[in-house]
Amino acid sequence: MSYARLTREEIARRIASDIPEGAYVNLGIGMPTLVANHLPKDREIFLHSENGILGMGPAPAPGREDPDLINAGKEPVTLLTGGAYFHHTDSFAMMRGGHLDICVLGAFQVSVSGDLANWHTGARDAIPAVGGAMDLAVGAKNVWVMMEHLTKSGESKIVFRCTYPLTGIGVVKRIYTDLAVIDVTSRGLVASRLVPGLSFDELQRLTGVPLLPSGDRAAA
Amino acid sequence: MIDKIAPSAEAALADVRDGSTVLIGGFGGAGVPAELIDALVAQGARELTIVNNNAGNAEVGVAALLKAGRVRKIVCSYPRQADSHVFDALYRAGKVELELVPQGTLSERMRAAGAGIGAFYTPTGYGTDLARGKETRVIDGKHCVLEHPIHGDVALVKAEKGDRWGNLVYRKSARNFGPTMASAAKCTVAQVYETVELGALDPECIVTPGIFVTRVVKVPRKSTAQMLDAGRAA
Repeated sequence: MSYARLTREEIARRIASDIPEGAYVNLGIGMPTLVANHLPKDREIFLHSENGILGMGPAPAPGREDPDLINAGKEPVTLLTGGAYFHHTDSFAMMRGGHLDICVLGAFQVSVSGDLANWHTGARDAIPAVGGAMDLAVGAKNVWVMMEHLTKSGESKIVFRCTYPLTGIGVVKRIYTDLAVIDVTSRGLVASRLVPGLSFDELQRLTGVPLLPSGDRAAA
Repeated sequence: MIDKIAPSAEAALADVRDGSTVLIGGFGGAGVPAELIDALVAQGARELTIVNNNAGNAEVGVAALLKAGRVRKIVCSYPRQADSHVFDALYRAGKVELELVPQGTLSERMRAAGAGIGAFYTPTGYGTDLARGKETRVIDGKHCVLEHPIHGDVALVKAEKGDRWGNLVYRKSARNFGPTMASAAKCTVAQVYETVELGALDPECIVTPGIFVTRVVKVPRKSTAQMLDAGRAA
């Protein structure tokens, strides 16, 4: 049976629909930023930006950009009514002090025990840059990863042991990929919400590390 | 009468010495004390250690300091940018030392300096390349890394308004590292767009009290278009 992989927007929609009312959330730069476009309109969700914003709103209308109001990716944003500004140390107290309910991060690799590698390829000529990734990885109550299931050459990004430099050890709770949702549990990796037409056995074959079926495989 | 308002950026930075550690505010284009950095380039101090979130963009700001050969070492969290070519070339040629620090640890190390903390343990970075060689300890079941304060000889920050006692308020996300850096240096120079009379800043809303500020320099306000261009370059 054939199946279609989720687009990035579809993964983002799936993540957004799982964020509950009242959650304090940090969306990492890159792919996770897309989640902001899909937050359910009937829920109040607080977006945090590491450079000192809570209650971050969407991009401004063209011509309304403010150079003093940008997100972690340095793009212009807005502030929702009721939002607040604060300095970096307070911002990272929110991140490191366990105050954020959820952060969504991109990743190169996640291990079976929830180790995260997302900041550096380790290539000799690469300029290393970490930003706030290590702070979020250990500080948020729930670290969710948003990534493609496979590399461009078809290797699983969910691995026994990360070969890229680590961002944090045992930190990832859940992985949203273009094929399924994988929870990192004490029993092992539990796969749910497989894309229509994808069998558990096929997902297992592609993934390469042991998966457990969740029992709600049919749920979208 | 106490008057911390300096006549010019040049006058405010005249005593910066070779080998100084300079904390420079800003995140992307927001909160960058551009006029003070230009004045530091002109001032000529060498062998500087620069602490900033990034490592310069295009050929302005921190990149201009790098290009002028004034920087021995940079301490930052995110040097790699689309236009960080000045840093990239110097780093690959081994001409500038890089100390890469997780952003929250960078901020907290400066907070610790400002607050007189000897050192602190944090879980951030444990088990990663950035904790290599550092002392570790298990605290409440969590693996932690010992991190030391970063003291500045000089801090350069950008605020919106200041008064002659050095009280500062900022604007939106341009606040970023300013208040923490101001507390962490022996000499803090703040550039502002407006200097105001004592009492004009609401005491309930002053973000950086003047005790953390040595000098205040007024600079001309740029147009939004100029700032957006600078922000895009950053």
